Amino acid sequence: MYPSRFRYEAPRSIDEAIALLQQGGGEAKVLAGGQSLVPLLKLRFAAPELLVDINGLPGLDYHKVDADGTIRIGALCRHADLERSTLLPGRQPTMASAARLVADPIVRNRGTLVGSLCHADPQGDWASVVTALGGHVVAQGPGGRRTIPMAEFVTGPFQNVLGYDELAVEAVIPAPKGTPAGGYLKLERRVGDFATAGVAVALERSNGSVTRAGIALTGVGGSTINAAEAAQALVGGPLSADRIEGAADLAARAAQPRTDHRGSAEYKRHIVRTFVARILTSIDQPTERAA
Amino acid sequence: MTGLYEEIREQPGEDVPTRRITVTVNGQTRKAEVEPRLLLAHLLRQGFALTGTHTGCDTTNCGACTVLYDGAPIKSCTMLAVQADGHEVTTVEGLAGSSELHPIQEGFKDEHGLQCGFCTPGMMLSAKALLDRNPDPTEDEVRWALSGNLCRCTGYQNIVKSVLWAAKKLRSESAS
Repeated sequence: MYPSRFRYEAPRSIDEAIALLQQGGGEAKVLAGGQSLVPLLKLRFAAPELLVDINGLPGLDYHKVDADGTIRIGALCRHADLERSTLLPGRQPTMASAARLVADPIVRNRGTLVGSLCHADPQGDWASVVTALGGHVVAQGPGGRRTIPMAEFVTGPFQNVLGYDELAVEAVIPAPKGTPAGGYLKLERRVGDFATAGVAVALERSNGSVTRAGIALTGVGGSTINAAEAAQALVGGPLSADRIEGAADLAARAAQPRTDHRGSAEYKRHIVRTFVARILTSIDQPTERAA
Repeated sequence: MTGLYEEIREQPGEDVPTRRITVTVNGQTRKAEVEPRLLLAHLLRQGFALTGTHTGCDTTNCGACTVLYDGAPIKSCTMLAVQADGHEVTTVEGLAGSSELHPIQEGFKDEHGLQCGFCTPGMMLSAKALLDRNPDPTEDEVRWALSGNLCRCTGYQNIVKSVLWAAKKLRSESAS
């Protein structure tokens, strides 16, 4: 399979990249890791006139933690960088557990977190993680930078709010006010397959009580699902069995799965319920390793 | 170099924009003139006649086309050849020395780590990247590192054994 013909540019600065996107006038696509875009080009689901390869932009491959605990992930930080990160374990358990479940090890060497958010695939793992964490995307355009909450970033399957002349330069996870806890679980038929269902849970706790909660679901709807009601049911108390069960039920209700070759809608809803409960239960029993 | 864009030309005589690229392949500097839409897998196979890189599924699933890109395994069917400009690529042809097999290749031979051999180049390059990073992996770590490479013949038992065999050989070589 060959992509259709396109013009290729490899800018050396963000400004140059934005100028090219402006020039492209809506017919340009940004190439970062390319692990979703190149297959789409080959299938000719995407046929841009101009491909702006940002892999040569300096200084975007970082992931770092600010003094206040804010986590910043640059547009060229690969999944593998996050998988092998020494910053995330212990500091951000939801991201740390998701990093090793994205796609397969070979794809993780190229694919990027920011690219995954922009691609806005309802099956994308990072969109759920960043949604659950209340994160946002920083976009840069000709007029400067703006910050877009993840909850508003995706507008539908494979659609986001970026203007054609804007480049997503960074994803930001706000500093936790309490102690972070949580995780990410995904059911897949084999490594690298799209998720049958995935669940991201991100909590903050103080003195044994949940002070903030986020739950988001992968692959069980037309977009990433923000199960806000389920998360809210956890706030203001300890992680008791009752509260865990309540949140798991609400999350399963928030899912909008469809029956397909990966399983029935009912089965996927069951997975969501089970995964929410499993992640929450494992928080205070770290020896029970979820699979 | 010719042929690389002629082959995918849609209309004869069409003016095709190309780019000159320089890639270090298995330690050798190679130059090519490619159309931007040419995939790295096709540059290697058709442009450089390095047919050890197999294209299997062509949809980023199977890992047969895995090569090392600046030392890290990538799927060469999912990267444009122009993206390799100025980078180092290692294919299965770059594993063996002039006279003897690489210990990973020896391992696959000794432990019967292949049947049809189609997935083998990708398996071996993923294994190389693992062993470069982690010379003494556990069986779990080997399985994890190879989980993006699919074998449809026989399962993974002997492939995992082959990599563990190679790890042991490489450790004993570096110790002596």
